[in-house]
Amino acid sequence: MRRKTISYAKYGYIFSIPFVLTFLIFSLYPLLYTVLIGFTNLRGLGFTDIKVLEQPFENYKLILNNPSFQKSLFNTLYIWVVGFIPQISLALLLTAWFTNRNFKVKGQGAFKVLIYMPNIITAATIAILFHTLFGYPKGPINDLFLKMGWIDSPLNFHIQTWTARGVVSFIQFWTWYGNTMIVLIAGVLGINPTLFEAAEIDGASPRQIFFKITLPRLKTIILYTLVTSMVGGMQVFDIPKLFLLGGPDNATLTLNVFIYNQAFSGTYLYNRASAASMIAFLIIVILSAVMFRILRDKDAVLRRKWEREERRRQRVEAREVNA
Amino acid sequence: MNNSIRTSRTISKTIVYVVCIFLSLLSLFPFWMMFMNATRSTFEIQQNSIGLLPSKFLLSNWKVLEGKSFNPMIGFMNSMIISAGATIGAVYFSSLTAYALVAYTWKLRQPFFTFIMAVLMLPAQVYSIGFYQFMYQIHWTNNLLPLILPSIAAPAMVFFMRQYLLATLPLDIVDSARIDGSKEFYTFNRIVLPIMKPAMATQAIFTFVIKWNEFFLPLILLTKKERYTMPIMVSLLRGDIYKTEYGSVYLGLSLTVLPLFVVYFLLAKHIIAGVALGALKE
Repeated sequence: MRRKTISYAKYGYIFSIPFVLTFLIFSLYPLLYTVLIGFTNLRGLGFTDIKVLEQPFENYKLILNNPSFQKSLFNTLYIWVVGFIPQISLALLLTAWFTNRNFKVKGQGAFKVLIYMPNIITAATIAILFHTLFGYPKGPINDLFLKMGWIDSPLNFHIQTWTARGVVSFIQFWTWYGNTMIVLIAGVLGINPTLFEAAEIDGASPRQIFFKITLPRLKTIILYTLVTSMVGGMQVFDIPKLFLLGGPDNATLTLNVFIYNQAFSGTYLYNRASAASMIAFLIIVILSAVMFRILRDKDAVLRRKWEREERRRQRVEAREVNA
Repeated sequence: MNNSIRTSRTISKTIVYVVCIFLSLLSLFPFWMMFMNATRSTFEIQQNSIGLLPSKFLLSNWKVLEGKSFNPMIGFMNSMIISAGATIGAVYFSSLTAYALVAYTWKLRQPFFTFIMAVLMLPAQVYSIGFYQFMYQIHWTNNLLPLILPSIAAPAMVFFMRQYLLATLPLDIVDSARIDGSKEFYTFNRIVLPIMKPAMATQAIFTFVIKWNEFFLPLILLTKKERYTMPIMVSLLRGDIYKTEYGSVYLGLSLTVLPLFVVYFLLAKHIIAGVALGALKE
């Protein structure tokens, strides 16, 4: 009797169909469509006479020369950097404390739960909550600062450029440092514990262990955090949109708030908004590529070194066998 | 000598606890203010906006809130439908796609996986204009489907599920199911899915929360009040109609935070473990 062999390969294709179809319809098509719209005259509601412009890059030129766009690009980077530096620093400090092998921080679980908590609360809610908390002339923050004697008269956080941007950066920092901390702690727990034991036996201090062992081994995960935070930071919308609607004087106008305003706040400039989206996309791709390049190069260097050693070992072994 | 080491240790331990307690309070303070002020009258808030204890104006704040355009029930229902629908779709179909990548050997398997890795970080807001135009043309604005269906293709979740299956699924089980005459699709639903439960639970929590909090797409797609989601409802509190009604603004905000608080404090352990797991897969 001949046994029939059945190939199951077709199920690989069949089971992937829902994913592929959904991606094609709801991601790839809209993406290509956005690219196309960027080259057309599509503006206004219910506009049907869509034509590709005679100078296809006219929208791009207009956007790149638009002072509000330039400002939004600057604001986005500014808000991200000012939020990210304290975010990663504090996360690293807390990671060092929570993974200290000589001193277990009591109530660690509860601290982690509370520190991570703002990350899951609706950003729209947080933006409006902070708008109210930082109210002027009466608001909880102003009242607190007055009571503490830090200020003599109420501060109008909402009309000064640096306080407005500062609060947005602070919200970004406050909602994300807990997440970064959890990620970094997981990274530390993934390091082979014998490394720490060996260092302890050799008499290394906790500080030395952190800077000489923990930190170098966390490099990949820190770079990963940097890339994801940057991609997220370039997209920031909910908080600046609802905190001060991009104001005062465009101080909290971010890229996505700018794009939203171009397309959806009465002007309906879908073509310009598309061009701006593509420029933003290009910036994200370039920045991520640069960071990944740094990451990969480091891995490649390590791998080459390992291969060299492996070859040398094999040569030595071969010689021993011959002898 | 020994004493001074001990003292410096005590000091550094104290610093650790003081900072940790300070940060915990920093997380709680805004929400505490919010909940307390939700029970205080606008007059009380204007007199002193830091109220650490509840007052008795919850009901009157509720009446003001509800008397205007803010409708938490509608927002809650719409957000619930979108989040639940998207979560079920994302978790089920990501598992299925991951299973296709792990259990079968097919020609395009590796290219398909490479493709998934390539689109892992593609941010949806980049193509929102094309998405909006597309939905506008097929009359799907003010429809909840465009907020649910795209979740079926969730590259990051497929990646996570694949890693999980590679680590936990013994392919012998699949083979013996075949010998017993089980059809492929049945095997996936009855044998593979139960094995994936822990991974599905983790991913479900995060998808649900992310969809619940989503703001950009609902904002551009939903213009009718009866379709508003919770975050869009919340954005109404920023408008002029509530300008001087501090108490009811705080109450409205509280109502959107409350369900998240309940879910978070019930599942905090799993959520934090999930964040850690998500980091490790890299």
